[in-house]
Amino acid sequence: MRWWIEKVIEKIFAISGFATTIVILLMVVFLFREGFGLFRSPVVEKGFALCVNASNPVEHIGSSTIKKVFNGVVKDWSEFSSFNEKIVLFRCEDPDKCGDMSKRYSEEELGSDYEHLAEKLGEVIAETPGIFAFVHEEFLPKNIKGVRILEENKIAVDDFFFGLEWIPTSTPAPQFGVLPLILGTLLVSLVAILIATPLGLGVAIYLSELSKDRLRNILKPAIELLAGIPSVVYGFFGLVVLVPMIQRAFNLPVGQTALTGSIVLAIMALPTIITVAEDAMRSTPRPMREASLALGATHWQTIYKVIIPYASSGISAAVVLGIGRAIGETMVALMVTGNAGIIPKTLLTPVRTIPATIAAELGEAPVGGVHYQALFVLGCVLFLITLTISIAAELISKRHHNKGL
Amino acid sequence: MLDKNLSQKIAFWTFRFLGLFVIGILLWILGFVVYNGIGVISFEFLFEAPRNGMVEGGIFPAIIGTFCLIVGSMVVAFPLGVMSAIYTNEYVREGKISKAIRTMTNNLGSIPSIIFGLFGMALFVNTMSWGDSIIAGSFTLGLLTLPLVIRTTEESLKMVPDSLRNGSYALGATKLQTIRRVVLPMAFPNIVTGLILSIGRVSGETAPILFTVAAYFLPKLPTSIFDQVMALPYHLYVISTSGTNLEAARPMAYGTALVLITLVLIINFSASLLRKHFGKKIGV
Repeated sequence: MRWWIEKVIEKIFAISGFATTIVILLMVVFLFREGFGLFRSPVVEKGFALCVNASNPVEHIGSSTIKKVFNGVVKDWSEFSSFNEKIVLFRCEDPDKCGDMSKRYSEEELGSDYEHLAEKLGEVIAETPGIFAFVHEEFLPKNIKGVRILEENKIAVDDFFFGLEWIPTSTPAPQFGVLPLILGTLLVSLVAILIATPLGLGVAIYLSELSKDRLRNILKPAIELLAGIPSVVYGFFGLVVLVPMIQRAFNLPVGQTALTGSIVLAIMALPTIITVAEDAMRSTPRPMREASLALGATHWQTIYKVIIPYASSGISAAVVLGIGRAIGETMVALMVTGNAGIIPKTLLTPVRTIPATIAAELGEAPVGGVHYQALFVLGCVLFLITLTISIAAELISKRHHNKGL
Repeated sequence: MLDKNLSQKIAFWTFRFLGLFVIGILLWILGFVVYNGIGVISFEFLFEAPRNGMVEGGIFPAIIGTFCLIVGSMVVAFPLGVMSAIYTNEYVREGKISKAIRTMTNNLGSIPSIIFGLFGMALFVNTMSWGDSIIAGSFTLGLLTLPLVIRTTEESLKMVPDSLRNGSYALGATKLQTIRRVVLPMAFPNIVTGLILSIGRVSGETAPILFTVAAYFLPKLPTSIFDQVMALPYHLYVISTSGTNLEAARPMAYGTALVLITLVLIINFSASLLRKHFGKKIGV
């Protein structure tokens, strides 16, 4: 009986032992399940479709091309397909605003309740070879000769990963290009680490080599405590203090820029980098230091020729971990980077990061819709980036252990 | 070539300056929040609901909400985390499996909190149809802090010397008896320290609760685990970025930031005190 109970409890322990593994697997499953439908969704807004003349051979039209066409930037089919004809734009979102239908046809012809609108629309499309029509589902000219409805025009993988704009509310085709978001995220976090690493290293050297023990025993725990301050507080500080400061210093229209985000993220990353780097430096074996000093090296020479090289893999693991955390940081990015979904050109323009995009938009996106799915695919991208970084950090610190000593 | 003593002098003064500079920045942030927030704290601020577009009144519902989330997430994470750590540390022999489990735990710990928010929304809010509720938020936060609970528990279990385990076995105790009567009581204070650290982490998280529990404005206190609640970090975010009158809400934001910082610092500080105290007591 006893033995039996022990076995059962051991099994329960075993199941919870794999809890983290199960959670990661579930996460992958759910992120993909919720997001994957994106690449099976039509390019244009829900409830609308694109129609062309049957002589037009075009197969796939990306969302950015559609936007350019409807903004009048692209004027000819030959600019993106093999079809040689001028584009004739036609938008039919509701019966009152359906191209020039009310001019072409009398009210009787269209029907009192617009019941013949679809049919007449078909006629127009069939006789205009260069037409590009954006039509509400209700008036879709189905099964009419000379009309081709682009039903297979789905959001393509390269539209998503190489698209240059993120404008989910754009009509007629929402723009889901993640490139600006990925670049924005990398820019903000890399600059943050570039600021934080030298500062953090300097402080770590100060604490481990220069400060008196009594001072160090106060400062080190204080810095560790600061690592626990919630990110939303750092974001608040950035918003109230740094944003106006940056705005005045560089004479900008808004102070919410990539640089502001980087500075706040750098301040946030400092405690972690200081703590890990200091621990790594203090773990330098005493004989190594003493040998260096005995050879006549100064303290400073010992630091940069012996201690820093010895601690380097610990330090680089700290830096890589810092990048990972900065990439995933949501609240700071949301509050101080300005959230503009365009490719950043300088550090002083607003940018938008992946986590900030998810946090800002998920609340407004209808569950199961294209926008919702796009945000989950963004989540997958972020998941993969941070997982890669965490594995890299693990490999680096493993190298540290293998070094022996 | 610079004289080596001169270059040492230059380098050391640079580091002293850097040290003071960085510590100055960190103190500045702390001082900034305390200086601006201290005047706002009053009995009314701590124990009343926000009024008048959240520019007057207090933050009581947010404090209660955060408290509910702390309790809820610990109910999820604590038993699961402790059992998981017991399994990896006591049952599995050091080797591939324990290494794999540890790698997974580390990986889970490095996943950004917003991903937990997405996951919590997909699984708990939508698939389980719990809606935005304390229970959905607690599960999300609980999973977020699970790696921290596991890591600290494992460290505390490792501090229990093997000789005690062997002594227990020698007296004829089974594995489970040894764990329950010898290992856990010895490791308990340190496990509690880990628990307190996780509470500190949970109480400051914003991103995971955005879509799983947090309410923009809800003066009513929760009555069941399927209610939405306000929470301190989310409240700070809301009143500092998206109120109708941001300038008028500033004092409330300073006050909320101060309460949040104080809460987190007290929690972390008591954890480090406890660790110091009990770390010495076991003395291994």
